[in-house]
Parts: sequence; C-alpha cells; structure tokens
Amino acid sequence: MSANDPQNGPSLTPPSMAGYPYRHLLGIEGLSPPEITALLDRAEEAVAVSRQVEKKKAVLRGRTQINLFFEASTRTQSSFEIAGKRLGADVMNMSVSSSSVKKGETLIDTAATLNAMNPDILVVRHHAAGAVHLLAQKVGCSVINAGDGAHEHPTQALLDALTMRRHKGDIGRLTVAICGDILHSRVARSNILLLNALGARVRVVAPSTLLPTGISQMGVEVHTSMADGLKDADIVMMLRLQRERMAGSFIPSVREYFRYWGLDREKLSHARPDALVMHPGPMNRGVEIDPEIADGPQSLIREQVEMGVAVRMAVLEALAAHLPNN
Amino acid sequence: MADKPRPLVLTNARVIDPSRSIDGPGAVISRGGKILSAGPEALSEPSPDGAEVVDVMGAVVAPGLVDIGVSVGEPGAEHRETLASASDAAAAGGITTIVTMPETDPVIDDPALVDFVLRRARDTAKVRIQPMAALTKGLKGEEMSEIGLLSEAGAVAFTNGRHSVANAQVMRRILTYARDFRALVVHHVEDPDLTGGTVMNQGLVASWKGLSGAPLEAEIIMLERDLRLVELTGSRYHARLISCAESAGAIRRAKARGLDVTAGVSVNHLTLNENDIGPYRTFFKMSPPLRGEDERAAMVAALADGTIDIIVSDHNPQDVETKRHPFAEAEDGAIGLETMLAAALRLVHSGDIELSRLLAAMTVNPARRLGLEAGTLAPGAPADIVVFDPDLPWVLDKATIHSRSKNTPFEDARFSGRVLRTVVAGRSVYNYPS
Repeated sequence: MSANDPQNGPSLTPPSMAGYPYRHLLGIEGLSPPEITALLDRAEEAVAVSRQVEKKKAVLRGRTQINLFFEASTRTQSSFEIAGKRLGADVMNMSVSSSSVKKGETLIDTAATLNAMNPDILVVRHHAAGAVHLLAQKVGCSVINAGDGAHEHPTQALLDALTMRRHKGDIGRLTVAICGDILHSRVARSNILLLNALGARVRVVAPSTLLPTGISQMGVEVHTSMADGLKDADIVMMLRLQRERMAGSFIPSVREYFRYWGLDREKLSHARPDALVMHPGPMNRGVEIDPEIADGPQSLIREQVEMGVAVRMAVLEALAAHLPNN
Repeated sequence: MADKPRPLVLTNARVIDPSRSIDGPGAVISRGGKILSAGPEALSEPSPDGAEVVDVMGAVVAPGLVDIGVSVGEPGAEHRETLASASDAAAAGGITTIVTMPETDPVIDDPALVDFVLRRARDTAKVRIQPMAALTKGLKGEEMSEIGLLSEAGAVAFTNGRHSVANAQVMRRILTYARDFRALVVHHVEDPDLTGGTVMNQGLVASWKGLSGAPLEAEIIMLERDLRLVELTGSRYHARLISCAESAGAIRRAKARGLDVTAGVSVNHLTLNENDIGPYRTFFKMSPPLRGEDERAAMVAALADGTIDIIVSDHNPQDVETKRHPFAEAEDGAIGLETMLAAALRLVHSGDIELSRLLAAMTVNPARRLGLEAGTLAPGAPADIVVFDPDLPWVLDKATIHSRSKNTPFEDARFSGRVLRTVVAGRSVYNYPS
C-alpha cells in the first residue's frame, strides 16, 4: 500500500494475510470483531514470549519507533517502549510537553520534523481529541494512538479485553460496569466500542455531571447509583478521577465522591461474587477505589499492566506487516 | 419531649385542610402527638381519655403553617435572631415548621453544621426547624456543595441564599448533580450585575427619590436562564421569590412544558408595593425590591390561579446597626414570621383569593415540595395545628414582637385575623391571649 495513505481505512492487504489490514491503529472505532479477536489472539502469544527468559523477537529489527508523548505518562510510555524493544525496534522517547510546544512549534511542525527522521512507527499521546488523526495524515509512517484527549485509547481497551478474556472466557457473555469519570475518559470510549463489538453487556455508572450527553445512545445502560449499576456485573472497571475535577466543579468533594461512587467492599458486594475489578491506572486510592479492593483478591489491576505490554507487542507486530519495503 | 402530650380536642371549628380539600364545620383530635381525626367526622368521635377539650367557637383550625427560607442569626449573629427566638416568633404566627436559610456564620455548607442546627433546634426551639444547606461552598457561587452528604445529614433543600449563582455553567452542573440525589434547588433569581448598586425597584418612584433602581429584567433574565437549564438537566427547581408578572408568565410556561418547577412569593410582595417605602423607610427595603402596584396585583392573580405555589414570610432579621442608615446604605430585609398569616388574610378579605387556596400555599404546598411530614391534618400526621380567627381585628404593636429584631414593615398595621393557638406535636406552643 502507499506509504502516504492517510486514512485509517482498509488497505489493499487482504485480511487473510495480516489479520489486521490497516496501516495505523487510531481507535477501536472501525475495527471488526474478527480484527479485534485476531489482535487478542496475537497478544496471547506475546504473553508467552514475555514470560520467557529470552524475550526478544526480530520482527521490528532495524525499525525506528518513536514514542511521542505530548502528555506525561509513565505507564503507557514504558509499556510501548518495552513492547518495541522486545520486537527488536530502536525505540526513542520524546516528551514534547516540556520542549517544542513551549517554543511555539505547532503539532504539524513537530510531525514534519519527526517525519524527516524517517521513523517507521510513531506512538502518539496528545491532550487534544483528534490530534493523533491529524498527525497520522502528515507523516509517512504507521501511527498508534496512545490516547488522544477524551477520544480513544485503543491499546488500553485491547489490554482490558485480553485481561477479561483470560479470566472469564467469552467476552460476549459478560456484563461490564465502567464506573467513574466517563465524560473525560478515552479509556471509557474505547472500551465501550470494543465491548459492544464483541457483544458484551456494557453499563456505565457515574454522577450525571461526569456523563457525556447522549450516553444512553452509545450502546450502554446508564446508572447513577453504584448499587444498581454493579448489580450482577462480572467486571467492575473503575476510572481515574483527575484531580482538577475533584473540588466543586463536577463533584463537590473527594469524600462525597468516595461515599457514593468510590468502589469499596459494600458497593462491590452488589456485583457477582466472582466479579473482577480493573483500573487503567494510575489509581487514586481513597478517591475512586478503596485500597482494600485495589489490592484485594478480586483485583486484576497489576495483571492489566502485564497484558499491556503483550497487547502493544501484538499491535506493533500487526502494523509491521504493513511497513514499507516489507 | 420524652413525655407524651395530653390528647387535645379542638371542637366547634371550621376545619380547613387543603391537603384533603376539607373546608367546613368539624373538629380536630390529636393523641400522642399525632392527628387522630380531623374534619366533620371528628365531631362524632369520642374524646380520648384525659383529653383537653377546647371549644374554638367557630375559629379556623388548619394545619400549622410551613415557612421556607427563614433567616436566623444562629450561628454567628445571635443578637439578631436565635433558633429559639425565631421559633417563638413562628409560634406566635401560627407557623409550626420553619425551613432555615444557610446564610449564617459559618455558612451551612458542611454536614456537621446541618447537624449543629438540628441539635440546637431540638434543644431550644418550640416549632420544627428544617435546615436548607448551601448550594455552593461558602455561598460563593463557584463550587457545588456536598449535596449527597448534606442531604443525609438532614438538609431538606439547597439554596444559594439571597444571592443567585451567576455563572450559568456552575448552575448547570449543580442542577445536573442535584438530580442524581433528587435534591430540590431553591434559587434566588436576581441577576447580580443588573441589580448591582441598586436599592429599590426601577421606575418613576425611584427616579423621584433619587435612588438607583433594579429593572424587572434582573429577575426575569435569571429566572428564564434557570428554567432553560432546568429543561436541559431535568432537575427539580423552585424559584424562591418572584415579584413580577413576566416572571409568573415564565413559570406558567415552564409548568406547561412539564418541567418540575415551582415558584414562591413573599407576603410582602403580595400586600405591599414600592409606594409603601414612603419617606425612605428602610424596613421596606428588600430583595427583590417591592414593585409597582400592577406587579403586586399580578402576584396575587398568579397565586390565585396556581402559578405561584408557595407563600413565604421571607423573614430576615436586621438590627439598628444594619437598618438605621440612609436608605441606600441600609441592609435588605424584613421580619415576617409573626405577621405572615395576618398579612396574607388581607387578600381573603379583599376577595382576591379563597381562604383554603391561601392556606394551601402556606401548608401542603411547601410541605410536599420539600418532602416534609407537615402541612396536613390527615390521620397519623404530626399534630401540628394552627387555630385562628380570620376576622379578629388587631394592631401590630412593636413592643409585642417576639423576634429579637424589630424590622417589620407592618409596624402599627391594622390586621383582620389573628392566631389564637399554635400546636406542635400535640402540644400548645402559643395561646392568645397568653
């Protein structure tokens, strides 16, 4: 396919060849259930590789991967870095928030500069929704969305799905309650898209101030009470509440938020007895989740981190099939 | 109140209970602090053992009045009014439940302060006191208060006091959040920019007096903004005080659209107008300001046709320190607990409204709107009762006022209609003559 193909659309590569027919991964939106499942299957293999003593593969040998983060992130950036290195790529981390942007360089300027260095894969996080799409149109390499504003965070949804599938089997039979700041959450949007694609029953639970307009038409059941929203849920997914939303603008206070929407033992008791708890991290213990639950036997939070590396390896591998000169 | 009150029989009465559409000869019987029977059927019921039987000689017996939005100086300004003195004044006015404003020092914006008010009320007050809590922290209009925790502590509604939340985004989020708790938002409607620096109603009277006036639009704009936000958010909303015909029209349209909105009016705006200010009398300075006679008449009509749901005293005690100033420099506010019923009865005597409709706006309507167990004589309800003679003439003597502050606009006013007895939980807390 053309190296300049700007769209996240179907390429000329037959699905049977790659299982993932696109040049970029900009979102879960547009992925078919078989494409999602293929990525998850591929990630299973990556889990096995990551648990070996010899973790190195050669799929991306000679390739350059740039992690371009306009927004600080420890977890996601290091996860992409390890994934790239395990596949043999040369990985470079760029934190832009502290340098070029302050000097007045636009997103497009940055993209053009980086493009001139001939990277093969750009992993991009940006605080503005749509910024990663814009950048993908301006560079010649593959682009992975590592989170754009409140829009999408596709690898997070994939790693969440992988974690669920490994513990609960068929995602299509699960009831998943996504709880907390849905309004500002790219994790929520990507998860809603993915879980709906795979046929899960999806609920969101939040105070109305943290729900986007039209949420009831996004394929979810909407609840404002944790007791109702968690009833018989298989998976309880908590979202991080950003500090700047805590005092008065969207919710009155941390203590009130925790009282009504923080996941504690009592609220979790409404879910199925074998329900599992997830959180994309980093957690605010005592704000959206009780430490007792975060660190308890039903928590999958640490395992999500492991699955994060595997899913990112799978995505990088899938995109490698479309890199030029391959 | 550990010991049970003696049973009470009020007989030979005109029983008016708007909650059950009762208005006619009857009796009211209470036992154990609850209503046992009220209405015509109570005439044929035997008196409970040991009952105090009172022949009220044709006086009206009605549910005790419920007054929402009462300012009290406790905590922080006890020299103006304590919970105890406010309750004395309320009892003298036939009011058995007062719903307090959070504009105290400190502001009631913390669950522990709601608890403080409830405990002080239990220990010192002779009528029921139900606190409203602050809608925003410190009533600053910027950050929403803990509506959930405050409700659990006992706050019956949320208000930003005598000031509007100016920022529409803040108001929108508060209304959205309040909906999750089914909390009632009671909002003052006056645009702070349009009313800034004004001291009375805008118009010819103000112009001749050389005073700066607030246009009706200050109220209408804020009210219409709120109603749009209520439509956007689906929340429960009560306009605390409206004072002009256009506002009544806005409420009427909102109700027709099915919004969960209600409106209140102060007895001052039903019975007084801007001309009463006369020679710069500061006890007539209030917020919203007294309007022209046309607007007053429109308020009475809106009350009679049901557009306005609730009458309040808008009791706001101020002392000489805050009132004995040139008009423009004096504080807003008038007391009203003791005169609300007597003043409102003027509308009945003038033929503008039926007595039972008037009483509904001071009993069942506010009680239902706030979800209070009050405002009704239904069997099993708390025995909160007012007995009044709707025609008894009297003159308000400032020396007899129970309130600690004396800033009444009805000094030396002639009234027809007087409270004879006020009963809370089956116990008489006021008798006239005492």
